[in-house]
Amino acid sequence: MKIEDVKKNVKLLYQGKPWNVDTAEFVKPGKGSAIYRLHLKNLLDASVLDVTFRSADKVDEASITNLEMQYLYKEGAHYVFMNTQNFEQTLIPEDLLGDKVHFMKEGLLANVQLWDDKATDVSIPVFVELAVVETGTAIKTATVTAQNKSAKLETGYFIDVPSFIKEGDLIKIDTRTGAYVERLSTKK
Amino acid sequence: MSEAKRLQQIRHNLERRARVYHFACVFLRGRGFLEVTTPVRVAELAPEAFITPVASEDRWLITSPELHMKRLLAAGYERIFQISRCFRKGEKGRLHNPEFDLLEWYRANAGYGEVIHDTEELIVSIADALGTGTNIIYQGQKINLRPPWPKINVREAFLRYAGWDPTANFDQQRFDTDMATLVQPKLPTEHPTVLTEYPAQAASLSRLKPGNSAVAERAEVFIGGLELANAYSELNNAAEQRRRFESEIAHIEREQGIKMPMPERFLSAVGGMPLSGGIALGLERLVMLFCNTRFINEITAFTEDNI
Repeated sequence: MKIEDVKKNVKLLYQGKPWNVDTAEFVKPGKGSAIYRLHLKNLLDASVLDVTFRSADKVDEASITNLEMQYLYKEGAHYVFMNTQNFEQTLIPEDLLGDKVHFMKEGLLANVQLWDDKATDVSIPVFVELAVVETGTAIKTATVTAQNKSAKLETGYFIDVPSFIKEGDLIKIDTRTGAYVERLSTKK
Repeated sequence: MSEAKRLQQIRHNLERRARVYHFACVFLRGRGFLEVTTPVRVAELAPEAFITPVASEDRWLITSPELHMKRLLAAGYERIFQISRCFRKGEKGRLHNPEFDLLEWYRANAGYGEVIHDTEELIVSIADALGTGTNIIYQGQKINLRPPWPKINVREAFLRYAGWDPTANFDQQRFDTDMATLVQPKLPTEHPTVLTEYPAQAASLSRLKPGNSAVAERAEVFIGGLELANAYSELNNAAEQRRRFESEIAHIEREQGIKMPMPERFLSAVGGMPLSGGIALGLERLVMLFCNTRFINEITAFTEDNI
């Protein structure tokens, strides 16, 4: 593609590696030639690079695919996902998932971005439902203010929850913030 | 965001923009400049290697009103100005929109020093009229607008910030890249800075300095990192101007495959132009400075993205 058409969040193949364009700036002295300054982020290792191009330069777009995949199980430092279309399995390193590992429950559906069959990003739903497996009792006080306490979820993640949450309750969590949203059902 | 909400959010900037335009005209009229109107759709343009014009049927939209204003100078108009809508293909970015306003003014029997001096007074007068005073803040930088503004020649600036002398060994690509990435970002920001004496190869439509033909009497004004205005002691030697245009036309044909016509009407007039100083000031950039905005779209109602 032409450098003139490169916008923020376009994926480029540069020096054999895939990059996201974090910022693209057009710089031009009034009478001089145009320069395009790109701030790139490596899709594989998140390293960053500043590069300068000139008018009429050509760059290669990275061939990126997005697939729906289902999380199956953890194997060492990898998470095994399955393509829901053809059932092929892909190993995704823990590092790529970052904080999302807290919400990896078997069967979770995710959107996996792939470059050259390598996973470069994983998006999970904004809200997930997880069961509480362990929680202590909150300290009772005279105020009506909701008391928070710590709870362990089925994925091993610890979260602050209101005092009325019990073991076995199913709760909704915002994966962007990692915070409790609401109780969905309670164990009778 | 809805269009109406966006336009309401930038309303105070658009109001200030109108006042900047108004006070600029008031200042120049007060100095005896005649406001003129020249065509926007023209048969001939100054061919410039790095400025791409927009075609309009068999004509061009102006990239600057320069040629027609100089034809007025040649006819004896001694102080003229105008605000012109100008068009430059592909120029779009944080500081660029493909259509924009140039404020140009020309003084006969003067050189670039006089129009730089006008610019100092113009900007202080606008600051006074807006009530900002001469100490302003642009993008976190404190700037004192009070003249005289420090002048530094291109040779010194490049030796200091880029480590080479473009007036001795000119390299167009290196010059443009280093200007944008090394020199311009390091110019002092506590006051406006005037870069003077551009290499002869970047003279464009300015005359070479008498006694030193390695440099041109061309200057640029920078304020707060913004390239604001470009001034010339105007070249009135038709033969030399024709040679420069021939070189630009050849470059454009080689790089873009477009055959630009030689501006013959202009060339037959320019020999009769008295030695003059002229300057083109980007009004949107000036409005950005006084509105303290980082992006041109914050002071523009409709940009290329939403027309």
